[in-house]
Amino acid sequence: MSSFLDPTAELAPESRIPLPRRESLVGLKVGFLDISKPRGNIFIARLDELLTQAGAIPRHYAKPTFTRIAPVELKQQIATECDVVIEALAD
Amino acid sequence: MRHYVLVVKEDCETCRMIQPVAAALASSTELRIFSQDNPGFPGDLPDGFTIEDDRELANSFELKIEIVPTLICYDDAQESERLEGWDRSAWERVCAQNFSASLPAFRPGCGSKSQDPGMAEKLAVKYGSQQLKARRVNIADGEDEVEACYDRGWSDGLPLVPPTEIRVVRMLQGTLRAADDIVGDVPPDYAPCSIEKIAINAVMAGCKPEYLPVVIAAVEAALMDEFCMHGLLATTYFSGPMVLVNGPLSRAIGMNSRGNALGQGNRANATIGRALQLVIRNVGGGRPGGVDRSALGNPGKYTFCFAEDETGSCWESYAEERGFSREASTVSLFAADGVQGIVDQKSRTPESLSRSFAAGLRVVSHPKMVMAADAFLVISPEHERVFRDAGWSKARLKAELHDLLQIPGSELIVGAGGISEGLPEKLKGQMLPKFREGGLNIVRAGGSAGLFSAIIAGWGASGKIGSVPVTREIL
Repeated sequence: MSSFLDPTAELAPESRIPLPRRESLVGLKVGFLDISKPRGNIFIARLDELLTQAGAIPRHYAKPTFTRIAPVELKQQIATECDVVIEALAD
Repeated sequence: MRHYVLVVKEDCETCRMIQPVAAALASSTELRIFSQDNPGFPGDLPDGFTIEDDRELANSFELKIEIVPTLICYDDAQESERLEGWDRSAWERVCAQNFSASLPAFRPGCGSKSQDPGMAEKLAVKYGSQQLKARRVNIADGEDEVEACYDRGWSDGLPLVPPTEIRVVRMLQGTLRAADDIVGDVPPDYAPCSIEKIAINAVMAGCKPEYLPVVIAAVEAALMDEFCMHGLLATTYFSGPMVLVNGPLSRAIGMNSRGNALGQGNRANATIGRALQLVIRNVGGGRPGGVDRSALGNPGKYTFCFAEDETGSCWESYAEERGFSREASTVSLFAADGVQGIVDQKSRTPESLSRSFAAGLRVVSHPKMVMAADAFLVISPEHERVFRDAGWSKARLKAELHDLLQIPGSELIVGAGGISEGLPEKLKGQMLPKFREGGLNIVRAGGSAGLFSAIIAGWGASGKIGSVPVTREIL
């Protein structure tokens, strides 16, 4: 038996269990993350309208630029202020 | 307390010649003899003397033997003297005795078997002088090695050179950097990337060890924040990293800057660019269909690497424009799409030819888009000659192109030309430059025949919003 050296970062794949589904939208704090791409705002506005009608509480956030990952502070803010988050990728 | 170690091989004429010397030392001194190829050699030793079998070369490796015969003298367990080959007066001095007058005054030895081609790396692996930390991936007997690399998801689609330990050890000889030195975190997983991981991917890409410093510099450049490798990988746009190499190292390793410079056929060009992409794929975890969301991609995402033709150019090189000396070797990265040709076989004045260039550059991304994508203009020798003969500097050409690429807003706004794509109506009365400040770069490359140049368009998110070209010196 021969062996190779692993060219990857050796991040062992883990099976991840999805979070349980929410039973109700009423009172749910929903974060909308606009990544700052064109027309993302249109998508978010429509979802905001629908989810608000269903009793959810919307909160809005935006990345400074779509080309970079969200700043840590923004991720922490969303994590502390929201129950769920919806990201508008636009494309 | 003095004792001696003698390392020999029967296949060496000098070793055979000194057999009487070995016998004399064996009977009169504290001596160990290691034989690299025949544990029965040398002959005629005193009864009861045991030759130590070093056919596995463990002792030769440990003792760092380069030549046989080698005589090492130890005083109180410390090496005090080492003699390689036969030098009669030196041997007599070190051994404090006289040897047969029939022996010559001097005779060079032979290469140690531990120095046979490829053997040094094998012994380094076998006896553990090179501590590699990467996880070992076992390949079952009967498993095809190339298929095994595909099966594990390491390939860009083309066959890989299997990254065996010995190949990686050889690759690491191309750098003085420590194998466990971390160059940074590679997106999109932001996984720490060691020199060893770069070497493993360079092996798979097909690099020679002498290319490794270029690959390392390219990875470091890709990790510079302003290059925005994460966004470049994740974008739906076409782009990927283009690698431009400047300086003497590009010539020393045989990179192609002339005919077919942007094409196939040169090992260094092909494998350096590929190694960078494999690092992004395997260490960073960036894969098509995963974080790589490109709608179409471009063929350069397999590999896109070339050298600038500096020696034949009348202009300063791209690296010199960036503040590096002509003697420095550098790697520059640009977030690039594919190649778009510019054909102009009739212009013989710089005024006419620069208008051709401007007309071609106008359509980068979209004829109605401005200050979005950067571009590299790759000018071939026959086109450069037009500017050379007229005395135009590179700066002059850039300035002329800047002027030629001022576009009336009325041609760019939404609806102009019957095209919905376009700028807001409010910009109708303005003149707008096609490229942002510093967004158009010029290099020279290509074969000696052909009145063609090339545009390499950049990512639509060029500049501070996304990616700017970066340069690093190769150390």
